[in-house]
Amino acid sequence: MSDTIGARRIGYRRRATPLHAARAPIAAAYAAAIACAALLTEHPFLLSSLLVAVVAAGAAADVGRELLRAIRVVALPMVAFTVIVNLLVSRNGLTVFARLGDWGVLGQENLTVEAAVYGAVFGLRLLVVTLAFLLMTCAVNPDDLLRAARRISRRSALTATLTTRLLPVLLQDARRLSEAQRCRPEGAPKGARRTVAVLRATVVGALDRSLDVAAVLEMRGYGRTRRAPALRAQWSRHDIAFALAAGSILCLAVFAAASSQAPFQAYPLVNIGLSPTIFILSGLLAAAALLPFCSRRGVEP
Amino acid sequence: MSLLSFNDVSYRYPGTAADALRTVNLSFEAGEFCLVTGLSGSGKSTLLRAAAGLVPHFHGGCFSGAVTIDGLDTKDHGPAEIGAIAGTLLQDPETQIVMATVRAELELPLENLGCGAAGIARAVEETALALGIEQLLERPTSELSGGELQRVALAAALVCRPRIVLLDEPTSQLDPVAGDELIWQLHRLNQQSDTAVILVEHRVERCLAAADRVVALADGAVVCDRDPAGFLEWAAEHAPLMQTPGARLFDAAGLPDRPVGVKQARMALRRYGLLRQSADRDNSPAVPDERPSPWQKVVRRIGGVSDEAPALELRDVWHELRNGPAILRGVNLRIRGGEGLVLMGRNGAGKSTLLRHAAGLLKPTRGEVKRNGRIALLLQNPGDYFLHERVEEELSERGLASVGLSGFADRHPRDLSGGQRQRLALAIVLDGEQPASTVALDEPTRGMDRAAKQRLTGWLRERMESGQAVIVATHDAEFAAEFATRVVLLAAGRVIADGPIDEILAGGWYFATETARILGGAGGALRPQEGASLLLARRAHTDSIDEQDTVTEEARP
Repeated sequence: MSDTIGARRIGYRRRATPLHAARAPIAAAYAAAIACAALLTEHPFLLSSLLVAVVAAGAAADVGRELLRAIRVVALPMVAFTVIVNLLVSRNGLTVFARLGDWGVLGQENLTVEAAVYGAVFGLRLLVVTLAFLLMTCAVNPDDLLRAARRISRRSALTATLTTRLLPVLLQDARRLSEAQRCRPEGAPKGARRTVAVLRATVVGALDRSLDVAAVLEMRGYGRTRRAPALRAQWSRHDIAFALAAGSILCLAVFAAASSQAPFQAYPLVNIGLSPTIFILSGLLAAAALLPFCSRRGVEP
Repeated sequence: MSLLSFNDVSYRYPGTAADALRTVNLSFEAGEFCLVTGLSGSGKSTLLRAAAGLVPHFHGGCFSGAVTIDGLDTKDHGPAEIGAIAGTLLQDPETQIVMATVRAELELPLENLGCGAAGIARAVEETALALGIEQLLERPTSELSGGELQRVALAAALVCRPRIVLLDEPTSQLDPVAGDELIWQLHRLNQQSDTAVILVEHRVERCLAAADRVVALADGAVVCDRDPAGFLEWAAEHAPLMQTPGARLFDAAGLPDRPVGVKQARMALRRYGLLRQSADRDNSPAVPDERPSPWQKVVRRIGGVSDEAPALELRDVWHELRNGPAILRGVNLRIRGGEGLVLMGRNGAGKSTLLRHAAGLLKPTRGEVKRNGRIALLLQNPGDYFLHERVEEELSERGLASVGLSGFADRHPRDLSGGQRQRLALAIVLDGEQPASTVALDEPTRGMDRAAKQRLTGWLRERMESGQAVIVATHDAEFAAEFATRVVLLAAGRVIADGPIDEILAGGWYFATETARILGGAGGALRPQEGASLLLARRAHTDSIDEQDTVTEEARP
């Protein structure tokens, strides 16, 4: 119990870092650019460079611990799962390193180096994308982001805001209900019965709560909603730096994907192109992602 | 024209047989500070909801008459339009916060009004400064304490600079310090900006001194509409349960001019020569001690309850969060059977955590908890104990009968009143084969009227008389004084005071009853009747000295 309370939750919290100081849409664009770059390229060197960049950016944004926890709890198992599944289902590789015999419906199971490499590269890409969105979750103010979205679709954005706000509240409710059940003299119902009972009570409570929230929204003028005013704030040094970084990362990734400077082929035999351009591109990607963190002026909330 | 007026307003919630409001005629002027009081179910909250336009627009039901606010009839204008004139703060701050950060929460109503970016920024800053929450602006709302949430919700209600503020028991979840601060902020707002304040509150003594007018409701009808002094006069005659402790003290001591606050009470006592300037405690006659006599202790022993063996013992208990602060810091506590212990302290002092350790819901990171029997713990929200659709599924027939809820077996637990829910939850935690040696309650009086508190007090006394230990975390000093024998004050997870209730609660400012504050802690008097005995003894003492002086004067040649 104390561990659950003590663990640092994954979510936005204002911190004194350049990424937090940048306006929300730009900080989100920066994280999205890293994710897009990972989706555009499949060269392991470039992906590794992006992985280093996103972890270092997380550390520079003071959310490194959250990112590492997410890697440990979610991302690494997910990557391992991807590699194993690809190893078992892929029939494309030529370099067999293990013969597992006849596996019934799966047929003759031969594990190949190519399938392992492809699975690992795919997992690496998945890891970078996951971490980029985690960085966004931890370092981008959801309210500011949704405020920007409200200019496009107000009701949908407000619904999204309420959902993000109420999810942790419901989790808290479920924890409280579960605790109250433990106070019963006969103890809480066990296993699935307990889960179903608590879940049902949480949902009923949520419906009650939603009525109150709806009443509050009404009283705050939701019924006479007007178009949200544009926030005309001057661009800070951090806004400019992260906007440039996002643009540079995207340009470099598009260049790597469109040109033949970063060749990578997993099947039928692994072929990883290693040229000076690859190293330069990797260095540039990491530099573009990390340079905006060099200036720490005006980062205090 | 009045700012807010109710003309022959009657209202019935959908699916109910009785009217929640009955032919209400009231009008409120700009700049007025009005306190609305009454027992539970008297229609106070409905009155506020009608003023805010939620009744009938949001709740539906049968509505007649007219509510007009700043010239707008609430039948024609919904809560969104009324929201520009009236800021409303409901009881539960959790459900009033809809955005993820405090700044966004304050910006939402202004955005809905279509204010410009500069106007929004300015209003948010000014409101935050006025309510002292500027340091919270960038904080996520999910991390705020109950007191902070309530202040943020108040700020969100005030950020559009409404002409009238409607508040439904805003202090019910706050500790005495935060509660007093909130009332003071409302008073300042009322004084400095001419904003009308309509405040619904059970604990009349907390805000009577700030009010210009008091409206009392009973069964949906207005039964009193007077100034604070007039209200006390009416309450003494018609509704003793609504009287403030100060007024009851004066009545019991036979003094005229019931006071509306501590300052007025002390001025009056000084005038009558019943208040001493200093060393009150040393010179005052002792108050009768209501703690168990040696004879009672013997009776308890025969009854099988040992005074020696503690029902619960905490030894050097620490609760330290990983990557976070220590919530409890080396707490040592021993509570015996038959003892009534009250835990007090500010929000976040560690009271609830201590009770969770006592009941075994948490394990100390250091130290140990020894329990001599089962601990029955009732957490803050009784509704959390209910998992079923019908009351009879929650508890055995015998258990329901024990709390007088046999007649409600078919009802849904959520349809019970607050007091009934609490009784049902209490019965659930007590309904074991092995009887509980300790009953622990966390903030049981939130939103409770005095009648319900009296019933709970009686029940707790019965528990203590039967030899069970009672441990209650509460902010309510008046309630604590009615049953407890001992108080433990917590601050930042540490026990900062532990002693008999008349010692701890008599000397404080915030953690003190109104009687104790009026008498300056003299004689350890906490309740009006004890205070009155003290005052009568002082008067008799003064009279005898006067008589002696007269005799001496006459005997002189």
